[in-house]
Amino acid sequence: MSLSSRHLLGLYGVPKEDIQLILDTATTFREVLERPIKKVPTLQGKTIVNLFYENSTRTRISFELAQKRLSADTVNFSTSTSSTKKGESFKDTVRNIEAMKVDMIVVRHQSAGIPYFLTRISKANIINAGDGLHEHPTQALLDMYSIREKFGTLKGLNICIVGDVAHSRVAMSNIFGLKTMGANVSVCGPSTMIPVGIEELGVKVCKNIDEAIKSNDVLNVLRIQLERDAGSRIPSVREYHNFYGITSERLEKNNKNILILHPGPINRGVELTSEVADGPYQIILDQVTNGVAVRMAVLYLLGTMN
Amino acid sequence: MKIILKDATLLNPAQKLHEKKDLLIEDGIIRKVGELTDEDYEKSTVYDFAGKYCVPGLFDMHVHLREPGREDEETIETGSNAAAAGGFTEIACMPNTTPDIDSAEIVRYIKEKSKEHLVEVYPIAAATKKRQGEAISPMFELYGAGAVGFSDDGVTIKTAAVLKNALEYSKMFDAPIIEHCEDESLSSGAMNEGINSTILGLPPLPSVSEDIIVIRDILMAEYTGGKVHIAHISTKRAVELVRWAKKRNINVTAEATPHHFTLTDESLKTYDTNFKMNPPLRTAEDVEAIIEGLKDGTIDCIASDHAPHSIEEKEMEFIYAPNGIIGLETELGLALSELVHKKRITMEQIVEKLSINPRKILNLPVPQFKVGEKANLTVIDPDLIWTVDVSTFKSKSKNSPFDKKLLTGKAVAVINKRKMYYEDKFIDI
Repeated sequence: MSLSSRHLLGLYGVPKEDIQLILDTATTFREVLERPIKKVPTLQGKTIVNLFYENSTRTRISFELAQKRLSADTVNFSTSTSSTKKGESFKDTVRNIEAMKVDMIVVRHQSAGIPYFLTRISKANIINAGDGLHEHPTQALLDMYSIREKFGTLKGLNICIVGDVAHSRVAMSNIFGLKTMGANVSVCGPSTMIPVGIEELGVKVCKNIDEAIKSNDVLNVLRIQLERDAGSRIPSVREYHNFYGITSERLEKNNKNILILHPGPINRGVELTSEVADGPYQIILDQVTNGVAVRMAVLYLLGTMN
Repeated sequence: MKIILKDATLLNPAQKLHEKKDLLIEDGIIRKVGELTDEDYEKSTVYDFAGKYCVPGLFDMHVHLREPGREDEETIETGSNAAAAGGFTEIACMPNTTPDIDSAEIVRYIKEKSKEHLVEVYPIAAATKKRQGEAISPMFELYGAGAVGFSDDGVTIKTAAVLKNALEYSKMFDAPIIEHCEDESLSSGAMNEGINSTILGLPPLPSVSEDIIVIRDILMAEYTGGKVHIAHISTKRAVELVRWAKKRNINVTAEATPHHFTLTDESLKTYDTNFKMNPPLRTAEDVEAIIEGLKDGTIDCIASDHAPHSIEEKEMEFIYAPNGIIGLETELGLALSELVHKKRITMEQIVEKLSINPRKILNLPVPQFKVGEKANLTVIDPDLIWTVDVSTFKSKSKNSPFDKKLLTGKAVAVINKRKMYYEDKFIDI
């Protein structure tokens, strides 16, 4: 079995079989992570560059650990400024890196579409680690893995994504992937944070958080990205919290079986109270652990294709 | 030198002319329209244009020539060559150069540079000083030097107050204010807002940003009695607003680009920056509305918004890449393929929109096929099938989304200012 594409650019249009394969492969690697020696020689001799044009801690570390556990050679390139401002074009940077003979590039960038651009200028396998407001496929895959781990399946589950959906690449990848896997996906948040035309993708829009809690098996609660101008779309963080914040009271009142996911980092007291963030409904740290296994699966499947 | 254009169909709606007649041109002047003698044929170079149309020279009223300032992307000469190759004998160039066309010296510089070329260039001067939108430019002086219209193209004239002033002032010489319609406060996006911007995650630019300025400008044209020309109209609502304004006899005209009547925001799926322009590609519904607008006369002209950019500028992260595509060499082919051959508009309408109406808007004479008139004409083969190949373009830049596209219809010759462009060469006639 192998994937139908040699890149992971996003989950839009990715066939069900591919997602299934990644999640199944991740199960094997998840077991490796429990061993005393958490390393397999699968990608020995492969060189992977982590090209991060945007600040990232957890995604970069997660990818790096996944690469190291697969015995690949990894190099990190991190910059918070665009290469254009530095005087060297993105294309030149990539070509220079590629001239050093790399096999795979994991990229994060503030411009949507960068992974597509990379496939045109590089021969390496490209993995999207977050591009603008477009997609963050490995985050969605680890969310799906974590949900599947709890429920045994994704098909027929009611899953609601809560928060600034319009400005979340995590949300979009989740929507695309979950729809493909047969889940019933809805979104909940203030209207200014709901993407234009989302219903056309077969996604329901729910305006009331209590309703969302009541009618779903899973809530994937997004970070309110204050650093990304979220402030202009809501009157205040306080108002957001009052109307959309997840509290223990709300969960206990409406649905005691709900599962809470959060891609991190959490704004405690905004989208989740501390009580919820550390409480019994959430699997936030499981998501982080699973993230390494899922990224190992993606790297392995792509890295052993050609 | 005497030349004869043989067996072409002369088509000029401005003269109500649609007839197969031979033309005898001597030293750039039309000497005979039909009724040629055997002696004429013997003493002239004869071009056989059977099956082709001979129309008054095409005019593109929205071209960016980049000179002065960005001669690495286009010059007055290379842009004029591209125009000739695309079938145009005259073009109007936009003022967003470096420096802007906001002084009589620069207007004269452009006129001087285009003097010897087949293609005549008419500068559109800045409507406000340095296109900053604060105070109107010296329009009298600019008009006197040869500017034919005023625009802050690239951006909208910033405030209603300055627009009011510009319209009232330009009324004195009946020159149009050409508006790039985009509300600055809604203009931070990179593609049309809709389901596709949601899927692609690109910052959205809502169509209402254009509509708001179109209605502002229409109301201001009505209020002042000034003349507004809406550049590169791209939304369904804006077409409806212009239609409404025309019914009320408000002095407003509009143009549409070939990309806005052929492409939709679906094209952005590969993030190719050659599909990034402003206004952005819209939806199929908008495309249909523009074609309807062209058909019923709401939209007066077709213009390219020819916007050359260097390869290194376009080969960039999508959100950082500049807006715009080149269009002079594909404009006629796209109009014929998508509008005439698909039976949406007639060949007469093509001539109106690509030759007659732009001149009317800019108060320039429409060339006539009459004895004693200067020969300013384009010969069009409506059925010539050709493949777009940007590597053969005369334009210095190659940023076209239409590379490798198969088109039907092309200009095969242009004549103006005693020069002829034929089979890739300029010939003195």
